[in-house]
Amino acid sequence: MAELSGAERVRSREGGVAAYLRRVWAVAEKDVRAEMRSKEVVGTMAAFALLAAVVFGLAFDLRVPRPELVVPGILWVIVLFAGVLGLHRSFGSEVERGTLAGLLLAPVERSAIFLGKAAANLLYFLIVEALLLPALLILFDVNLIEPFILLGLFLGTVGYVGVGTLFAALTSRNRAKETLLPVVLLPVLAPLFISGVGLTSVILDNRGTAEVWPWVGIIGLYDALVFAIAFLLVDVIWEQI
Amino acid sequence: MTQPIEPLIRCEHVEKRFGHKRILRDVSFTVAEGEVLSLLGANGSGKTTLLRIISALVRPDKGEVWLGPVPLSSAADGIRRYIGVVAHAPLLYDRLSGIENLDFYARLYDLAEPQKRIEKLLRTMDLWQWRDDAVRTYSRGMSQRLAIARAVLHDPPVVILDEPDTGLDLQGIQLLNELLAQLRSRGRAVFTTTHNLEHAKNWSDRVFELRSGHLHQIELPDRIEHR
Repeated sequence: MAELSGAERVRSREGGVAAYLRRVWAVAEKDVRAEMRSKEVVGTMAAFALLAAVVFGLAFDLRVPRPELVVPGILWVIVLFAGVLGLHRSFGSEVERGTLAGLLLAPVERSAIFLGKAAANLLYFLIVEALLLPALLILFDVNLIEPFILLGLFLGTVGYVGVGTLFAALTSRNRAKETLLPVVLLPVLAPLFISGVGLTSVILDNRGTAEVWPWVGIIGLYDALVFAIAFLLVDVIWEQI
Repeated sequence: MTQPIEPLIRCEHVEKRFGHKRILRDVSFTVAEGEVLSLLGANGSGKTTLLRIISALVRPDKGEVWLGPVPLSSAADGIRRYIGVVAHAPLLYDRLSGIENLDFYARLYDLAEPQKRIEKLLRTMDLWQWRDDAVRTYSRGMSQRLAIARAVLHDPPVVILDEPDTGLDLQGIQLLNELLAQLRSRGRAVFTTTHNLEHAKNWSDRVFELRSGHLHQIELPDRIEHR
């Protein structure tokens, strides 16, 4: 590309995996920095999650003999719906502010943009879950802060963030993205939801770790599939903006 | 005998339609090193579409755009390193400060020594004293100046400016004129759109107008005086 070089070029660093990871980190850090100032995503997600926990607490308080029966479902339902609230802002805000073109004009692999966004979303989810688990302990007197539950929740969140970030990118330029995203996302999340509830129930029922691993395996497989598909699709999503 | 200079931008027989509407019809032009080409046209005439095609954001239905020897249709992501774009939207994050915005883009372009370059550009654009302020507190003109700094941050050989004079006050126009003169003297190929014929005449070596999807050259009889 000698023909394109001008008289004085601003030097760029070498490429490779390190450069790719630097770009992923740049996108993630930019999102987190902006979020720390606006608190737009985490604030909304956390408020919804805590309010939903209280509502579930009021709804089930008088009628459920053992809260362990319902808490796994409550945990994953809240995570699912709180997540949808935050995910659509991931690319929606870029589209509304016109900054998506700035990302796409840069010599950055589309997968690096996707991964950076997914990493920022993962952090938002983990913050909300860190608030939700103690809230469920207080409201239902059920301790969900167990190693295997945390492992399942983390792996499930990774998969959810992967598929959610991908679908947020797919729907970001649709005018009805806020309503479209949950409609297309929730059916795809069904395997993750079922596995998450199953794993949490096994732990709360003290059925032993042998029954835990199949659920962990399913969630891990789901995560691997989601990220493999996302890497195949991200280039196509932004082919024409 | 001198070698013919290969143009940095070569647009050949480009066509684009949206639905049944043909936006661009057989559009061809070149921009050489050190040349500034301006494009005029009414709203909706297809200026921005053409600009997005040259920026590798949109593919044409027919025809090809070349950056130097590289056809955009088969170029990798890395080709974008050679293009700088000022778009309609400033492409800036309003929660971040001016310096944080440029630092973010410098990291996307993987610049080796970004801080020197960022400081130089912020001083050139007269934004240094507001570098730590959030962009949402900037005036329209300040945002536009920062957008121009962002576009040339990686010192691209091809610079594409979509109505860069929009929102600029007299001082901003003066800075833009100086920047364009610098880009020309340093051999950059500049493609710009504007609604202002006087600005186009001041900046450009050639001026075109987009009418009904076709490109028409506007004669500049006083071109020698301007140079």
